[in-house]
Amino acid sequence: MGDLPDRLVEFVRALREHGVQAGPSETVDAAAALEVLGLDDRERVREGLAAALIRRGGQRAVFDATFDLFFPLGAGVPESAREREFDLAALREELASALAAGDEAAMARLAGVAVDLLGNYGQAAGGGGFSAHQALDRLQPQTLISGVMAAMRTGEPEFTDRFRRDEVRRRVEAFRNNVRTEARRRTAEVRGRDRVAKHAIAPPADRVDFLLASRAQLAELRRTVQPLSRKLAARLAARRRRANRGRVDLRRTLRRSLGTGGVPLRPAYRVRRPGRPELVLLCDLSGSVAGFANFTMLLVQALAEEFSRVRVFAFIDTVDEVTRLVTGGETDPAALGERIAAEAELSTWDGHSDYRHALGGFIERYLDAVGPKTSVLILGDARTNGGDPNLPAVQAIRARARRTYWLNPEREALWSTGDSAAHAYASVVEMHECRTARQLADLVAKILPT
Amino acid sequence: MTQTGFFTSVDDVTASLAEVGYLASTAVATTVYLADRLGKPLLVEGPAGVGKTELANAVAKVREARLVRLQCYEGIDEARALYEWNHAKQLLRITAGRDEGWEAARTDIFGEEFLLRRPLLTAISGDEPTVLLVDETDKADVEIEGLLLEVLGDFQVTVPELGTITASTRPFVVLTSNATRELSEALRRRCLFLHIDFPDAELERRIVLSRVPELDASLATALIKVIGELRAMELRKAPSVSETIDWARTLLALGADTLDETVVRDSLGVILKHQDDVTKAADRLELDRVLGG
Repeated sequence: MGDLPDRLVEFVRALREHGVQAGPSETVDAAAALEVLGLDDRERVREGLAAALIRRGGQRAVFDATFDLFFPLGAGVPESAREREFDLAALREELASALAAGDEAAMARLAGVAVDLLGNYGQAAGGGGFSAHQALDRLQPQTLISGVMAAMRTGEPEFTDRFRRDEVRRRVEAFRNNVRTEARRRTAEVRGRDRVAKHAIAPPADRVDFLLASRAQLAELRRTVQPLSRKLAARLAARRRRANRGRVDLRRTLRRSLGTGGVPLRPAYRVRRPGRPELVLLCDLSGSVAGFANFTMLLVQALAEEFSRVRVFAFIDTVDEVTRLVTGGETDPAALGERIAAEAELSTWDGHSDYRHALGGFIERYLDAVGPKTSVLILGDARTNGGDPNLPAVQAIRARARRTYWLNPEREALWSTGDSAAHAYASVVEMHECRTARQLADLVAKILPT
Repeated sequence: MTQTGFFTSVDDVTASLAEVGYLASTAVATTVYLADRLGKPLLVEGPAGVGKTELANAVAKVREARLVRLQCYEGIDEARALYEWNHAKQLLRITAGRDEGWEAARTDIFGEEFLLRRPLLTAISGDEPTVLLVDETDKADVEIEGLLLEVLGDFQVTVPELGTITASTRPFVVLTSNATRELSEALRRRCLFLHIDFPDAELERRIVLSRVPELDASLATALIKVIGELRAMELRKAPSVSETIDWARTLLALGADTLDETVVRDSLGVILKHQDDVTKAADRLELDRVLGG
């Protein structure tokens, strides 16, 4: 491997494009790691590079996918595919026994064969490649599940039998991932690593667009919301604590100095107890932005102790208070969404957002929730379905609140296209693009007062 | 002196750690070896109870090194982490030598005798091999990170009255974090990063059997399966390795030789720490299912 330094640099660059902030010093560390470890054991190389290049846990999936691309298991047709003839039936049979045994090496090998045999879509220069989708479509590994379960059945029924299906399903999912990795690798050989790295590697969860996230990504996102809120809470607490330091408390300083013979070595500071702010959240829960709103509500729910009072209102065309549902301890966005849909009155017409009516209703019924200590967050894509945006209502809210922000889950380039009244609202209140969990976290940290 | 020199190869790490009862995954073994050879601190993140602190203990045990532990908490400061002067003793010394001149007293009261070494200074002074464990780094305030940067960068500390103290043997440094607070980029860059997650089923089985050797092997397999199933659920607190081990011990104490509904339901409290998790799990594992056939 004469081109190792080049490949390493290229690898780091690809990581950087996917949001892994690795700089030159990390690259040097990575090179040092390779020197110490050698190249004999691929898994060790993987772990060594990960230790040097990754800085936080959430980046591991991106790292692994990129690593597989730049440091592939092999080149060309997989060894096993060359030495034996496979047809579809034989492949399925062998896969079934590998799944039953949980033999990961065999699964990886068979994934290579499957991609080579079933996933190839023409080798014309530039146009050809390997499709994991096509391979999986022909192989249908999910249809093997019940057979594999039967093969795994031992004599007597055991307690653990009841989740055998889950186990097999997880193995099948692992195999599907193998196939995807292998297809990426083979395509990279044909088309060049750079191009494949750019398009085929999923971004880390906190950079996934709320409105485009797949179900698996949403689940991953949900897992990031919890630690995120803890982090934010810690940061806020620290900020408040720092703001507290300042004036010396003379009485306590003197008392403390008795231990050091009357010399005030450690001054005591007066503790100020600031009034905690109140928060009002106003969420558009119509279909297009509901996922985003649910996540934000979860975040706010986790941050509730930072505020003396949190009130949450949701609307589609009618506004209703959902505070008791949000603070009720539901931690799953989907379940939260369902409960709100079932128990709150948000929609009387056709389920499209109606900002005029909803904002008007808020002004009419709940304006007293907003006061001089309140921060108001309005969440929505500002798509009025052609209706009146009701700017005076937003003005009325802004006039009463301490601060008002609008978080818009659409990319800024799309604002005011079609039926979006984004810029009209943005002229009244500060509007921020908020498409990913990362943006959301940054914004919330910035927005929340000390 | 850029390396600790505890280990000779990755295999050596695996074997030595296993000897003291720590079964390391490829990731752990490789990273520990790298940290050792490159002389860099190791930042270990991961859920609670997967053996982050245990790793530092194990490394210390392997090389019979002195383990210096700095437990971080909110509001920990330089005086607690690095060193402070023993004011009370200094005052006594001054009172005792009332008649001596200022010069004599001054040189005397800022000597080693009056220095209280806190973990960071302790770790870099002395010749014996040392493992420095900075536990729960994320609990400390940001200011302490600056201090850590300084100490972990050059392994030296300057005490104005005494001069600079440089480590003659470089300690093996492990920082742990539960990621409740973002650590600064600068600190992360100074370290090698290791994310320890729950071990895979096979490794966990071996861990459990090495900790609870009396446990029946097939019961251990069943136990790991249940734990795996629980971790795949969305729980408020997923069971950690230490809880798996606790559970194994509990089952042993209960005299259970197979897993069944009653045993699992009765002992679920050992592995799950929230009532709604228990309810959810009981539901998922069909503990209340009537066994009809």
